[in-house]
Amino acid sequence: MKILVPVKRVIDYNLKPRIKADGSGVDLANVKMSMNPFDEIAVEEAIRLKEKGVATEIIAVSIGPAKAQETLRTALAMGADRAILVEAEDVEPLAVAKILKAIVDEEQPGLVVMGKQAIDDDSNQTGQMLAALWGRGQGTFASNVAVDGDHVSVTREVDGGLETVKLPLPAVVTTDLRLNEPRYASLPNIMKAKSKPLATKTPADYGVDVAQRITTLKVAEPPVRQKGEMVASVDDLVAKLKAKGVVA
Amino acid sequence: MSVLVLAEHNDGALSPATLATVTAASQLGGDVHVLVAGGSDGVAAEAAKIAGVAMVLHAGDASLANQLPENVAPLVVDLMAGYDAFLAASTSTGKNVAPRVAALLDVMQVSDIMSVEGPKTFTRPIYAGNAIATVESSDAKLVMTVRTTAFENAAADGGSAAIEAVSGGADAGLSSFVGLEATKSERPELTSARVIVSGGRALKDAATFEQLITPLADKLGAAIGASRAAVDAGYISNDHQVGQTGKIVAPELYIALGISGAIQHLAGMKDSKVIVAINKDPDCPIFQIADYGLVADIFTAVPELTEKL
Repeated sequence: MKILVPVKRVIDYNLKPRIKADGSGVDLANVKMSMNPFDEIAVEEAIRLKEKGVATEIIAVSIGPAKAQETLRTALAMGADRAILVEAEDVEPLAVAKILKAIVDEEQPGLVVMGKQAIDDDSNQTGQMLAALWGRGQGTFASNVAVDGDHVSVTREVDGGLETVKLPLPAVVTTDLRLNEPRYASLPNIMKAKSKPLATKTPADYGVDVAQRITTLKVAEPPVRQKGEMVASVDDLVAKLKAKGVVA
Repeated sequence: MSVLVLAEHNDGALSPATLATVTAASQLGGDVHVLVAGGSDGVAAEAAKIAGVAMVLHAGDASLANQLPENVAPLVVDLMAGYDAFLAASTSTGKNVAPRVAALLDVMQVSDIMSVEGPKTFTRPIYAGNAIATVESSDAKLVMTVRTTAFENAAADGGSAAIEAVSGGADAGLSSFVGLEATKSERPELTSARVIVSGGRALKDAATFEQLITPLADKLGAAIGASRAAVDAGYISNDHQVGQTGKIVAPELYIALGISGAIQHLAGMKDSKVIVAINKDPDCPIFQIADYGLVADIFTAVPELTEKL
C-alpha cells in the first residue's frame, strides 16, 4: 500500500520566536526553518513500514510557500519516494485537511501518517480533520503503530496512560514524540533526493478555497514573570516559601 | 448563544477539567449544556450539580463507552443543530474529538483558548507559549478547546440541572477500543495538583529519580512531574511530562529540580504561581522565570529540603 505523509515547514524548534513590533505576527524573515519535529517522526515511521514490507510507496506532501520544497527534499532524502508541493501561504488546518482529502482521493493511500501538531500554530487539528472529511478512523498521539493485514493497531499517549485502538485501513495516524527516533539523511541520499519526482500544485487544482476563517487581530509577548531572587541555602529557601505561605 | 460542553470523564467519575471548561463556556454568555457521552448515571448526576449548567444531556449508548471520536463526533454534530458553540477541554480526549466535530461542521476550530475577549474573540498561545495570539472566528458556529489551567474551576456543587437522556450514538465501524494501560498513582492528578515536584535529566536514572523526588512529593502532598529529557531517558512514564508536548500545568507551587528550562518545558509550567528551581548551573534558563532559585547540587539540596520542610 501507499503511505501519504504530510509535512510542514516551520521555524526551527530550537529558536525563540521574535514578535514583530507592530504585533502583526512572528518575524520569520531570515529565520532558520526546518521540518516540524512531529512530521520527521511521521516520515521515519512511514520508512520503517516500507522497510518491513508493509508499504510500497511513500508520498510526502507539503502545503506551504515555494520554499517548502526544501522540507520535501528532506523527506525524500530520508527515504520518501516522491513529493507533492501545494503552493499556498498561511493555510489553516481545515483547508489543509481539505487539500489532503483531495490528494487522498487521487492517490488512494492505505495509511496517512502525520505529526500530531505543528510547533508554530500548536493547533493539533489537521489529522483529526482529515480523518473526519475522509470518513475514516483516527489514531492520534501514536507511540506505537502496528499494521496487521487490513487493520492498524495504534497505541496512543492519553492523559492517564496508554490506550490502544484498532482501526480498519485506510486510516489516519498522528505521531507523538516517543513513536521513534528519526534518522538523519546521509549525504548520498541528499544528492539522490534531488532527482526524485516533486510535483507542484495549487489549492485551485484541488478546488479548495483557502480563505481564512480565523483572523489574527494581534500577536503579543506573553506576560513577563517578575524576575525572582536567588537564595543562598536550603534554609533560606524554606524560610522564603513559608513566608510566602505556599508551604506549611 | 447556547453552548454545548463535552464532559471529561473516565471510570465513572467526572474530571475537574470539565469544571474549567464550564467556566469558559459561561463567559460566552447564554445557556450552558453539558454532554456526557458514554459515562455512567453517576457522571451525569455529578455534571448536573455544576454551578452554571442549565441542562445535562446523557448519551449512554454502548458505542460511546470509550469515547472513540469516530462514534462521539457524529453524535455531537447532530446535537449542534441546536447550539452555537461546542467546547471541550484541551485534554487528550478533547483534542481527539473536537477537530473531528469542527471538520464535520465545516468550521475552523480555535484550539486551547486562554481567555474570552468577545463573543467571537479569544486569546490562545502559539509557538510553545512564546506568543499569545488574539484571534477572531468568522464561522457561524464556534468549536473550541479550552486550556483548563487558564480558567477557574466552576463550583462542583450548587447547580441542579435537569438530566435528559439522549438516544443518539452508534458504532461507526471505524475503530475499536482494545485496552487502556492506566498509570496507577495515588498522588494528586498532575493537571489539578496544588503542588508539583518535577525532575529533569540531572536525576541520572529511574531509581535516583524515585529516591530523590518521591519523599519530597510525599511531604508536600504533591504530584510528580518531569521534563521531556527525564521521560525520554526512561526515569518516569510519559504521562508525567510537563511541557508543550506533555501537560500544561499551573499549580500554586512548582519545584523544578535539575531542569534546565528549555522553551518546550517552560511552555507547560510558566503560569505556575510560585516557581522554585534548584540547579547547579547558575546560567540555566529556568532561573530567568523562577521566583526562588538556588544554585546547588540537587543530590544534597533535595534531601535537605525534604527534611527541613
